[in-house]
Amino acid sequence: MTNRSISTRVADKEVSMTNRKHNDDKKNIVSAFFKAFKSFGTSLPILLGVILVLGLCRAFVSVQMLSAVFTGELLRDTVIGALIGSIFAGNAVNSYIIGGELVRENISLIAITSFLVAWVTVGIIQFPAEATLLGRRFACFRNILGYILAILVSIATVKTLGIIQ
Amino acid sequence: MKKRNGAKYNGIYFLGTVVFIYFLLFFFHPENIEKSLKISALVLIKIFPSLLLIILLMGIMNYLVNPGTVSKYVGKGSGIKGWFLAIFTGMLSHGPVYAWYPLLRDLRNQGMKSGLIAAFLYNRAIKIPLLPLMIYYFGTRFVLIFTCYIVVASIVQGWIIQMIEK
Repeated sequence: MTNRSISTRVADKEVSMTNRKHNDDKKNIVSAFFKAFKSFGTSLPILLGVILVLGLCRAFVSVQMLSAVFTGELLRDTVIGALIGSIFAGNAVNSYIIGGELVRENISLIAITSFLVAWVTVGIIQFPAEATLLGRRFACFRNILGYILAILVSIATVKTLGIIQ
Repeated sequence: MKKRNGAKYNGIYFLGTVVFIYFLLFFFHPENIEKSLKISALVLIKIFPSLLLIILLMGIMNYLVNPGTVSKYVGKGSGIKGWFLAIFTGMLSHGPVYAWYPLLRDLRNQGMKSGLIAAFLYNRAIKIPLLPLMIYYFGTRFVLIFTCYIVVASIVQGWIIQMIEK
């Protein structure tokens, strides 16, 4: 056996190992994405359910109905603001627009801020999805704490703003 | 295996219940139901790119990230860098929150701390691309103070949840 044929054999072996590794990598990438699709697929029914519930809320509830709920009493409005924000979900842009409308209706800024925070941090509509995918215990505690913190953050934000201004 | 199947069927039962409610309400408020369906369809179309992005991220994560890596950066003992990562990725994430649950579930199964998941979800309250709009409605000072308190609250919430889940 000549040196050339040995080195050719070695080179061939390296090429076939590289090809095998390349094929293994391809299979791994494909299986990684297939696993991702499959994992996401199990969540699809509940995500569709959440979107349908959101559609219901937006069709049946108007801004006027929302502003009618506020009483004028600061603490009660803050609690109500956080509660309404918890129920609603969707693009945060909508919460800013609704918040802006509520400001025009002379609803207190603390109540509106608690509404804004709860909109994105608490989710009653998304709760079934969160409980199913992340665990009921986690979902319960996260949302309860989120609700309380929405009220505290709103009070802290507006009071700090008042001190600075 | 049983838990996974349970989760899958929970989703189907929930969707079935919602469809049933739509069916019932259709007899009383057909116009509103039609409106609801249109709104839901529009939402689905709008979020479709976000859903694709999430699946892409999940695929990349499955390929590149192993439980050891997840544990190192956002698992037990990840320390301050885990918190920073959760806070900043929460701020950067976009799309509806429920679209992120499958990815977060997978990360938690690989070792991500529950407290950091909570911090990630809380920091989604800060939408960097939407800050100009928020400033328009509420003013720059309000937004700055609001952002600071959101970050603090996210750490508080994450820490409490971490204590509870221990």
